[in-house]
Amino acid sequence: MAQMTMIQAITDALRTELKRDKDVLVFGEDVGKNGGVFRATEGLQDEFGEDRVFDTPLAESGIGGLALGLAMQDYRPVMEIQFFGFVFEAMDSVVSQMARLRYRSGGKYQAPITIRAPFGGGVKTPELHADNLEGLFAQSPGVKVVIPSTPYDAKGLLISAIRDNDPVIFLEHMKLYRSFRGEVPEGEYTIELGKANVVREGNDVTIITYGAMVQTSLKAAEQLEKENISAEVIDLRTVSPLDIETIIKSVEKTNRVVVVQEAQKQAGVAANVIAEINDRAILHLEAPVGRVAAPDTIFPFASAENVWLPDENDVIEKVKETLNF
Amino acid sequence: MATKKLDKVEKQFEMLQILNEEGEVVNEKAMPDLSDDQLKELMRRMVYTRIWDQRALSLNRQGRLGFYAPVAGQEASMLASQFAMDAEDWLLPSYRDIPQLVFHGLPLTKAFLYSRGHFEGGQIPDGVNALMPQIIIAAQCTQAAGVALGLKKRGKKNIALTYFGDGATSQGDFYEGINFAGAYQAPAVFISQNNRFAISVPVEKQTASKTLAQKAVAAGIRGVQVDGMDPLAVYAATKEAREHAVNGEGPTFIETLTYRYGPHTTAGDDPTRYRTEELDNEWEKKDPLIRFRKFLENKGLWSKEDEEKTVEQAKEDIKAALKEADNTPKQKVTDLIKIMNEKLPYNLQEQLEEYTKKESK
Repeated sequence: MAQMTMIQAITDALRTELKRDKDVLVFGEDVGKNGGVFRATEGLQDEFGEDRVFDTPLAESGIGGLALGLAMQDYRPVMEIQFFGFVFEAMDSVVSQMARLRYRSGGKYQAPITIRAPFGGGVKTPELHADNLEGLFAQSPGVKVVIPSTPYDAKGLLISAIRDNDPVIFLEHMKLYRSFRGEVPEGEYTIELGKANVVREGNDVTIITYGAMVQTSLKAAEQLEKENISAEVIDLRTVSPLDIETIIKSVEKTNRVVVVQEAQKQAGVAANVIAEINDRAILHLEAPVGRVAAPDTIFPFASAENVWLPDENDVIEKVKETLNF
Repeated sequence: MATKKLDKVEKQFEMLQILNEEGEVVNEKAMPDLSDDQLKELMRRMVYTRIWDQRALSLNRQGRLGFYAPVAGQEASMLASQFAMDAEDWLLPSYRDIPQLVFHGLPLTKAFLYSRGHFEGGQIPDGVNALMPQIIIAAQCTQAAGVALGLKKRGKKNIALTYFGDGATSQGDFYEGINFAGAYQAPAVFISQNNRFAISVPVEKQTASKTLAQKAVAAGIRGVQVDGMDPLAVYAATKEAREHAVNGEGPTFIETLTYRYGPHTTAGDDPTRYRTEELDNEWEKKDPLIRFRKFLENKGLWSKEDEEKTVEQAKEDIKAALKEADNTPKQKVTDLIKIMNEKLPYNLQEQLEEYTKKESK
C-alpha cells in the first residue's frame, strides 16, 4: 500500500473520482495549471483536460454560483475555496443557495457539490486564512461538514463527499497536509459520512475531537497511559451531522468526557457535542463534560498561534480535572 | 479627456426602440421576424398578465394570496424577452418574474402556492427548465453563468436567461456573474429590468453609470439598452442575444427601460413616498399594452373580441388555479423535514418521528 501525505491522498481522491465519473468537475482559483496553491490538484488538468479541471476568475461568490449552476446541468462540482477564511465572500452561495436548493425546490433539485477548503492553525498564515469556521456551517441546515485527520480518511471521506447528492463542506487542516504520511489504498474506497472513528480505545475517559486535534489528543492519551489513565479517543470525522451513536456508546462506557476543538470556545461543535451528551446520557456521567478550546478572541496573529492554540497539555490537564472531579 | 472617453462609451448604449408610444414602427430595419400569430400571442400574454396582476393585488388584499411583486408596466420587458426563449432554454427569475416562469411552463397554481409560501410552489415540473424565483438580489447572476457554462459543456444549443432589477446591478454577484460568463464565453443572457426604483432608491442614486447597459463593457461582453415598454424592441434584442449566445459568441447584458406602476411588493410599500404623480403619468403614457394594441389594430390583428376573450380566459384560469391551490394539502413540519436531504441525518430522523407523532394527534 502506498504511503501518502494528506495532500497526496486528496489529489488521489480527486483523480479517482474524475476518472470514475465524467460529470465530476474540479475548479477554483489557481487549481488548473498551477495545481492549486497547496498542489492539491497537481497534474489533474494535464490528465483530465481544461474542460474538467479549470481555473475560475478570482471571486468566491461567483465560484459558488457557478457550482450551483453546473449542478443544475447534472454536473458534480468539486469547488475549491482557496482558504476557508475567504468563505464569507461565498456565504450566500453556500448557505442560502446550495444548502437550500433541495428544500426550496420542494425536493426536486439537488446540489451534489463538494466545497474543499484548507483551514486551521499552526502554519503561520496571514490573518483570515486559517480560521476554524466549521461551527458556523454545522449550524446551517442542508450542508454536511467533514474534517479528515489522516491521509487514509481524507481520501475515503472526499470520495464519499463527491458522491453525496447534497452539499458537503470538506475542510482540510493545513497543518496535516504534509506533517505525516499514512497508508492509503489504491483505487476507490469510501468512508461513510456522519460516522465517527474510535481511533484509540480506552476505559477511563473519552476524548472527542476532530481535525488536527486528533493528533494532539492521541499524544495526550499516550502521556496519560504512562500515568495509568486509559483514554478513548474519538475522531468525529464529520462534525455535522454528528455520529451520536458512537459518542453515546463511549460515554456510557467511560462515564467521563473531554471534548477538544481547535476553534474558539463560544458556541461551535464542542458545545453541540456537550449538549447532545447532556440530552442523552447525563445520568451516565461521573463528572461534567470537560471542554478544551481556544479562547474567544479573533483567530490569532501568526506569531501568537503557539500560545493560542490548544495543545496536548491542555488536554491532559482537562482529562485529569474530569477524573478528579 | 477622461470624460470625453466616457461620453463615447455611453453613446454606444442608445436605447433601441422599434415601436413608439403611438404604436408606429420607427425602426423598420430592426423589426423582428414574427408571424401574425406570434404577434397576437404576445399581445394575448401581455393582456393576460395585466389582468392577473390586478387580480393578484386584490386577492392579496383579501388574504387569499401572500407575497406578490406587482408587474404592471413591465409586461413588454418581461414577456417579450421570455417570448424569445426556446422551450429548452433555462430561466433564472427573480421574485418579480413570475409571469415569465408561468409562460415558460410553471402552472399558475404553482405560482399561487409560491406566493402563499407553500413548498409545492418551488417544485418546477419535469421538462420545465427553470430555477425557483430568486430572493437574494443578483444571486441568480452567478448561477446563470454556471447553468450557461454547463450548457456549453454539454454541447447544447441553449441559453441561460436571467432577470433582475436595476438595483441588482450594484451587487457584487451581478459583476461576478457577467464576468464569469464572459470569461467562459458561456451562453448566458442577463436582463436588468430597469424600472427606475430599487424599492424607493432611484437608479440615479444607485450608480454614476449613465446607462446600466454600459456596465457590460467592463466584463468585455455585449451590452444593449432597449425601450422596455416596446415589446418588439425587447423581443428583437433578446432574440439577437440568444443567437449570439448559442453561436458561441458569448453572453449579452440587456438593460430594459421600464417602470412598475404599482408598489415594490404587497408587503406595505407606498410608492407615493418616493415617486411623483408626474413621473407615474409620464411612464403610463409609454404603456406597452396601449402601443402594441394600436400597432396590432392597425394591422387588423387585434379586436375588442380578442381583448375580451383574453380577459375572460385570464379570469377563468385564475379562478381554477386558485381553487386548485386551495385544495392543495396544508404543509406539515414532516413535509419540510423530508425535503431537507437525500438521506436524513440523525437529528432530522428523530425530529421526523417526533413530528409524525405530533401530527397524528
